[in-house]
Parts: sequence; C-alpha cells; structure tokens
Amino acid sequence: MAKVLVQAAPFDAGAETAALTAGRTDVGGVASFLGACRSDDGLEAMVLEHYPGMTERAIERIAEEAEGRWPLTGCTVIHRVGRILPGEPIVLVLTASSHRAAALESCAFLIDWLKTKAPFWKREEFAGGAERWVEARAEDDAAAARW
Amino acid sequence: MRVLYFAWVRQKVGIAEEIVAPPAEVRDVATLVAWLAARSPGHAAAFANPKQLRAAVNQDFATPDHPVAANDEVAFFPPVTGG
Repeated sequence: MAKVLVQAAPFDAGAETAALTAGRTDVGGVASFLGACRSDDGLEAMVLEHYPGMTERAIERIAEEAEGRWPLTGCTVIHRVGRILPGEPIVLVLTASSHRAAALESCAFLIDWLKTKAPFWKREEFAGGAERWVEARAEDDAAAARW
Repeated sequence: MRVLYFAWVRQKVGIAEEIVAPPAEVRDVATLVAWLAARSPGHAAAFANPKQLRAAVNQDFATPDHPVAANDEVAFFPPVTGG
C-alpha cells in the first residue's frame, strides 16, 4: 500500500526515504525522483491547482499499477499544491524494492504516469503580473505510453 | 448534477462549480458540453473548442460518449500538467 500525500507544505525527502527502510532488512534499494520548480523565462512562482478527491484516487491507482508490475517493498508519492517558488520541491516519488531494477523502473513509471493521469494543473506567474497556464506536452504523453 | 471547472476552464466560466438540472436529452458528456455552452458567454468561451477539454464523471476520466445522470459529479478541465 503506497503512501500518497497531496499537500501545500514542503516535504522532507530524506525523512521520507528513511521511513521506507526503517525496521526492514528486505530493502535492497530505494529509487527517487524529486521534481523542483525552475525559474525559466523569469518565472516568479508556479501555482498548482488540483481536483481534491480525484487527485488522491488517481495517484493511488497509479501506485497500485506500479505495485502490480514490480515487486516493491514500499512506495511514496507526495505532490505539492498551491504557490511554489523557484528552487522549491514540487513532487517526490520514492520506490523501494529488494533489487535495483524494480525500484528504478517503477520510479520512472510512476512519474511518467503521474504527469499525464493525475488531475493537476500548473499556472506560471511572471514578473510584472503576467501569467499563463502550462500546456500539456506531447513528449509527456509519449513517455507515459512507453510503459 | 454537480459540475466542477478547473484551471482556465474555471477562469473562463467564472465559477468553480454549479448545480445544474439539464433536460432529458442530455445523456452523455458531449451533449452536456453543448448544453452548458449555451448557459453564458463565459461558458461558451470555455467550451468553444471541446478538443482542448478533458472531462471526469464521478472522479474518473471520461470520454465524450460517457453517460451522465442527475446525481453525477462531472468535471471539465484542460489536459493535466502535474508532476
């Protein structure tokens, strides 16, 4: 059963990683993806909107899919919402398994599916008050389709 | 029927959600889109290009031919951009 959190607050990637191995001796590796906010084109902030209820369900289903495809000993997905500043973390995906291939592959799978199958929307705010909604990218659809 | 709007769809419609009672001929997502589009200029702008929209019925992604009923929660939004 994956740990899934959708929250405004920052997260502690180190503490979350430690929690996946605490008290266990069957974990051979933990893979991680930490997505952060870049300051491209003078971006001042990223505002993440989501669909409360559906978001958590969608992520839990994606995590269940990962747990069905790979022998995981643990899985954590934390996605922030609200206003996020450049340099701050947005999303954390952790997968633990007895062997590295399962951890690494399932981690890549989770972030690829998360980007295209979980109801989040990013709005970019720029200096001077300009703003724009981030558009979905065909590359993300292709990355999700390879699994 | 509870209808929710997210991201630029919400901005164009001008509200985040509304309770509606569409007529019997509204049977699926596509006919609901056509009916909602006639409610206000904001709705019309939001639904001007249905190909840019995605929908969910009762919090599951749904295609235009997915049926809708009186007690459903239906949401409209752009393609997702999280991660």
